[in-house]
Amino acid sequence: MNWQVLIPLLLLLAVIFMIGIWSNRKLNQSSSFISDYFLGSRELGGLVLAMTMAATYGSASSFLGGPGAAYTIGLGWVLLAMTQVATGYFILLVLGKKFAIVTRRFQSVTLIDFLKTRYQSSTVVIISALSIVIFLFSAMAAQWIGGAHLIQSITGLPYLGALFLFAVAVLVYVIIGGFRAVAVTDATQGIIMFVGTFILLIAVVIAGGGIPSIMNDLTTINPNLVTPFGHDGQLNAAYVTSFWILVGVGVVGLPQVAVRAMSYRDARSMHRALMIGTVVVGVIMLNMHLIGVFARPVLPGIEVADQVIPMIALETLPPWVAGIVLAAPLAAMMSTVDSLLLLVSSSVVKDVYINYFRPQASRSHVKKVSIGFTAFLGIIVFLLSINPPDLLIYLNLFAFGGLEAAFIWPIIFGLYWKYANKHGAIASMLVGIISYIAIYQYNQAYGDLLGVHTVTIPVVLSCIAFVGVSLLFKQKPYYFEEALS
Amino acid sequence: MPKGDWRFRIAHREALIGVALAAFNIIWWYGFAYTLGSKPPEEYTYILGFPAWFFWSCIAGLVVMISLVYLVVKFVLKDMPFDEERRDDL
Repeated sequence: MNWQVLIPLLLLLAVIFMIGIWSNRKLNQSSSFISDYFLGSRELGGLVLAMTMAATYGSASSFLGGPGAAYTIGLGWVLLAMTQVATGYFILLVLGKKFAIVTRRFQSVTLIDFLKTRYQSSTVVIISALSIVIFLFSAMAAQWIGGAHLIQSITGLPYLGALFLFAVAVLVYVIIGGFRAVAVTDATQGIIMFVGTFILLIAVVIAGGGIPSIMNDLTTINPNLVTPFGHDGQLNAAYVTSFWILVGVGVVGLPQVAVRAMSYRDARSMHRALMIGTVVVGVIMLNMHLIGVFARPVLPGIEVADQVIPMIALETLPPWVAGIVLAAPLAAMMSTVDSLLLLVSSSVVKDVYINYFRPQASRSHVKKVSIGFTAFLGIIVFLLSINPPDLLIYLNLFAFGGLEAAFIWPIIFGLYWKYANKHGAIASMLVGIISYIAIYQYNQAYGDLLGVHTVTIPVVLSCIAFVGVSLLFKQKPYYFEEALS
Repeated sequence: MPKGDWRFRIAHREALIGVALAAFNIIWWYGFAYTLGSKPPEEYTYILGFPAWFFWSCIAGLVVMISLVYLVVKFVLKDMPFDEERRDDL
């Protein structure tokens, strides 16, 4: 076991535990348990807000899979990854102050709360809760498996032991701390990622003998690596551009991101978060994926894409620095997992159980159920990850795209279009989810329809369904001003 | 709450600014990548070691977007209260 790498990693875990305990102390003082546990009492400042958005979004896929793909495909994949820069400013500007004002007046704690009050429909609530539970549950399990693999490759522990370590670390601080603990630790982790990718990038550039020399080596290996079209010339412009929907502007439709857009303290925090978020997301995405490309001539012949970052870090950095840098992808996975865990738990406890079964539940009862259910979910995910069923992996493949297709228009039109109504919302969600699954199947079998990513067509179809059905069952226009008074 | 809440007018404008920024971002990104990048690799020019298409599209593009967001945050976005009880403060 490599203690020089392990000690910084363990230190990180210790810091996280301390933050969880500190947040828990605050939790006992506040008046509304639900709003505090699931939303941190809407008092996030700019730095924490920006970091928690970046960290939630930057999951295992962007920290291990992304650089791995860049290693194989070349600069074309960095171009694709840069579509994510938009998330830094787009989400907060577009959901923006209106979402913040309205969700405060509605006293919404979750995305589903907002949809429920806006559309006054239990069908909308049920479809939303179901899609969140199914899609995010599987997304979460996939992250746990990734986290366990990473711990395994650093420590040499067996898979089960690594999984257990990961699960205990995640569960303890989600359960005792809730949303604020998660958001504050996201900020710590975001800073680790930001600094870590910088250090690693510099180390790789030095190991490669400078950027011109690396580009030269890449051209010698395969000239396509320095073009926008990928190593085999197959990465076409339409496909890459459609990632603007999947990982750029479409991220507005992800419930774990939307909930963060209602959690900040005031307009000033939002302004700060816009600035910090754009810089952090942009720089991390650019650095992380460039590392992947630059690693190609430095360390040729890596076959498992997920191992590119761990291997290049261990190769080019002193062991203890490698430990800190490798904490970055682990941090990314943990923060994704814990925000998903909280979101699935809130969908069930807050949106279904309290809404429909125990509306008069007492504070202590709600607290017990929330914490108990979060723990229960964690244990289920742990058990499933020991020997993951195929269905889980399959569902994870379209978790994010499916959620975007389901939620983007009910959120956007609900907020900005006065003729949006529940019929349109239901039609849009159903069309989005069903067409996503259908087109996913088609693309698997016959190649991408129209040459674009699976998410593109369902987002267009669910938009048409929303507008068409809303106008077909036209109701009188909806004004937040009236609904709120 | 009165009809036509003043905060909503500002919020709508800021949301449109978000859309405009993203649209500009896409055009800049696409424009440099697929014009300069479509030449055969032997004819590429290099800036700071990077192929010109990549430098302009991804690196300069990021710097430009960060600057634009800074300008928007600094000069365009308006401060406002979110809570009702503080509504009369401003």
